[in-house]
Amino acid sequence: MASITTQIFQQLVNGLSLGSIYALIALGYTMVYGIIKLINFAHGDIMMVGAYSGWFAITALHLPFLPALLFSMVSCALLGVIIERIAYKPLRNASRIAALITAIGVSLFLEYGGMLVLTAQVRTYPPVFPETMYVVGGVYFKYGDIVMLVTSVVLMSLLHFTVQYTKVGKAMRAVSFDQEAALLMGINTNNIISYTFAIGSALAAAAGVLMGVYFNTIDPLMGIIPGLKAFVAAVLGGIGIIPGAMVGGLMLGLVESIVSGLGASTWRDAVAFLILILVLIIKPSGLFGKNVREKV
Amino acid sequence: MLVLEDVNVYYGAIHALKGISFEVNQGEIVTLIGSNGAGKSTSLKTISGLLRAKSGKITFKGENLAIVAPQSIVAKGISQVPEGRRVFANMTVIENLELGAYLRKDKTEIKKTMQHVYDLFPRLLERNTQISGTLSGGEQQMLAMGRALMSQPQLLLLDEPSMGLAPILVKQIFSIIKEINASGTTILLVEQNAHMALSIANRAYVLETGKIVLSGDSKELAASEEVRKAYLGG
Ligand SMILES: Nc1ncnc2c1ncn2[C@@H]1O[C@H](COP(=O)(O)OP(=O)(O)O)[C@@H](O)[C@H]1O
Ligand SMILES: [Mg+2]
Repeated sequence: MASITTQIFQQLVNGLSLGSIYALIALGYTMVYGIIKLINFAHGDIMMVGAYSGWFAITALHLPFLPALLFSMVSCALLGVIIERIAYKPLRNASRIAALITAIGVSLFLEYGGMLVLTAQVRTYPPVFPETMYVVGGVYFKYGDIVMLVTSVVLMSLLHFTVQYTKVGKAMRAVSFDQEAALLMGINTNNIISYTFAIGSALAAAAGVLMGVYFNTIDPLMGIIPGLKAFVAAVLGGIGIIPGAMVGGLMLGLVESIVSGLGASTWRDAVAFLILILVLIIKPSGLFGKNVREKV
Repeated sequence: MLVLEDVNVYYGAIHALKGISFEVNQGEIVTLIGSNGAGKSTSLKTISGLLRAKSGKITFKGENLAIVAPQSIVAKGISQVPEGRRVFANMTVIENLELGAYLRKDKTEIKKTMQHVYDLFPRLLERNTQISGTLSGGEQQMLAMGRALMSQPQLLLLDEPSMGLAPILVKQIFSIIKEINASGTTILLVEQNAHMALSIANRAYVLETGKIVLSGDSKELAASEEVRKAYLGG
């Protein structure tokens, strides 16, 4: 029998894999919230579209994993920008509730539009990775797990670099902090908001492809639950704060897999939400929430 | 250089600027004084394009500003230091200054301007890697001014730079404003602190509830009975 330690490590590996997906989705939630204070409820559905674009690229265009991932990210970046321009931009000065309801509308549109175009049929992701397993000290690493972790880490590092060190990244932080002051610098805030949607949606698309690879099946409603979990992750870390979304996502993944590992998998969602509630009671602004508003 | 003619600005039903006209000539320091709520900030925001006039005309070097997008007004040579500094408190001093030069491309020229800003405000150089939210009020005012100068404006709009600062700092800031003007930047200074503003300005306009009620040479205004009573404490 595997020792307790190896079991724990095994759950850590599983948890990090799942958590990195949550983190990728949570980043989009948090970036969009940071910049226009909108909870983009359609974000999980963009991930679904990403999963389908990846599936299409692999099965119909016969692309290998990386080009398919890029194809899906670019498609969803465009989709995100279009959604923002058509659905959210006209409501920039409307009440928050109006924008929120619109976001729910966009979400339903993508879900049921997806049903209409793609049918409700569950599709199977083709195996893109070899079934190779690596065993290190009794802990199993699937080839796919490693690719997933590496992909997530690379994307998050790229995002971090972009936000911290590039001109666009600095402009994003400026717009999210004070839109009027950003205009006074000559920053075209509309363009920066578009970039934010593009980046957030591309990360969601990557998460969608990884989910397809991880769970093998995709369907038009697959974005709902992970979308909700990623939202929880974003709030857990402090909505609007990029490192918060990363840590929140990873934490959520770890908690889920540890609870499952203890044999209580039916409880894992309940535990996730319980942690959220506890964190919010103790620290309403989330784990990384600060008094000085630091966000994108 | 800058001319406003019969400008009307509304916030919904509130008529904030009621047909104001004034002008700023190249090389001048012009001040717009008035008490709280008179419409000073509204005037500057309208010039910067953050608010739009319902009617009237705003021209800068003969060009109609009403059709220029707010983010493009900086490119025309107008830069504003907003009321309350509005520095990007989540970013370092250097990052704030870099954002001030957002529309400029030439890196070596930008470095030169930054050096010039550090010469004006040595304190900013000492603090250049500090997160600007942790600066004192006076330092934040210096940063907001430095940031505005990074676009190399021809016209600098200053909204109550003395607000909340100790008298000694106010003196320092005002002497730097004079220095900036002496090196060729035209200045439109909005102030509640009429005494200080009149002491450095060439000309002044007095704004009361959205209307310009007095205007003229600063020294003459400072000496006039009406201004002394209303704004200079007798
Ligand atoms: N965002 C706003 N919405 C509604 N009314 C405003 C707004 N901003 C300013 N006002 C009103 O416009 C008038 C002028 O304000 P403002 O230009 O800020 O004055 P000042 O800068 O001279 O103190 C005031 O009566 C103020 O209440
Ligand atoms: Mg004001």
